[in-house]
Amino acid sequence: MALSKTEIAQRIAQELQDGYYVNLGIGIPTLVANYIPQGMDVVLQSENGLLGIGPFPKKGEADPDLINAGKQTVTYLPGSAFFDSSLSFAMIRGGHIDLTVLGAFEVSDKGDISSWKIPGKMVKGMGGAMDLVAAAKNIIVATTHVDRHGKSKLKTQCDLPLTGVNCVKKIVSDMAVIEVTKQGFKLMERAPGVSVEDIIANTDAPLIIEGDIPEMKL
Amino acid sequence: MNKVVKNAAEAIADIQDHQTLMLGGFGLCGIPENCINALVDQETTGLTCISNNAGVDDFGLGLLLKKHQIKKMISSYVGENKEFERQMLSGELEVELNPQGTLAERIRAGGAGIPAFFVPAGYGTEVAEGKEVRVFDGKPHILERALKADFSIIKAWKGDKAGNLIFRYTANNFNQPMGMAGKITIAEVDELVEVGELDPNQIHLPGVFVQRIFQGENYEKRIEFETTQD
Repeated sequence: MALSKTEIAQRIAQELQDGYYVNLGIGIPTLVANYIPQGMDVVLQSENGLLGIGPFPKKGEADPDLINAGKQTVTYLPGSAFFDSSLSFAMIRGGHIDLTVLGAFEVSDKGDISSWKIPGKMVKGMGGAMDLVAAAKNIIVATTHVDRHGKSKLKTQCDLPLTGVNCVKKIVSDMAVIEVTKQGFKLMERAPGVSVEDIIANTDAPLIIEGDIPEMKL
Repeated sequence: MNKVVKNAAEAIADIQDHQTLMLGGFGLCGIPENCINALVDQETTGLTCISNNAGVDDFGLGLLLKKHQIKKMISSYVGENKEFERQMLSGELEVELNPQGTLAERIRAGGAGIPAFFVPAGYGTEVAEGKEVRVFDGKPHILERALKADFSIIKAWKGDKAGNLIFRYTANNFNQPMGMAGKITIAEVDELVEVGELDPNQIHLPGVFVQRIFQGENYEKRIEFETTQD
């Protein structure tokens, strides 16, 4: 069985480490915040100017001056800081953010990513994604393995306009955990009940497979 | 030195057709609502607007778009606005999309007297087309130019009559760097106080950057996506 969106988020949460400053993109990445292990200190950054994102507010307590990068109302935790957009991206560009998790339309086995534009169909803009992928030390893509039409999102080359080149380090999909190595995609884990053959059949690029591939533990 | 103006209409009265404006805010958070409404009333057209987003169909910069007052937008993300998308696809509106951090830094640099700088964001993508590439410490970077504006129009929480400003929560966003990059910076604030009433230790944007200030009224502060726990 392929993972649900929340299960993808749960698996990505296992990548967190104590003391990490993390930027979570819109969509599945945002859900990772719900699975930070108890007792672990992780500070979430929102590129519109907040370090220390808290839970969504209680009903009736939403403040229009306090939102995340997805423009949703949020709260802030004790020890938070607010700042302007140029300082926010100084944090990002300067390499002070330990981990970025974002979604993608396509990822290549060179670590290239397309995530912001479908020519003729959707042009919303790149927002902060290009800055994040160009600078973060560690970039994990959270995605479904195939698109709505059943086509693989993991390929030898991205066909859609690029967000960044040579930057993605790891992919957690609903079928597999894959590392992007210098030699290409390396299969690390498979979703419970998903076979290696299923993953090969749904990946539009060669996969490095060494030994038995363990099931993800959730 | 008197920086205080009566209201938005007076603050923007000398903005001419075809000028370049910076407008603060992220989504609908921290946008200069009063001045945007006054620009709609004044019917200034042919504007180049530098703003991270373009509002929604019936609020924020969407109001200027609907009346075809904007010729060109320089932004990073323009979702949530159907009229924007329509004008862009039909060619009525010129759009330049920038990576958000590059946009923020181009603005800050414009105010800080730095004409250009190198960043890694956008290398290898269409953003890099036509731009100089240089490798620093083994990593390719692209040359980006600073941005300036005839008028920067920003929104702050508290301001004093000397133009010193304090922002609230994430309503700071682009307001602070934009406040530095306008030939004339207009600040509208929730609360305008006398000189000496703000703690100098808490000022985000010093008054030297601000030429006009007024206390705004009837703030709607619309929430784009109200999300709660329940």
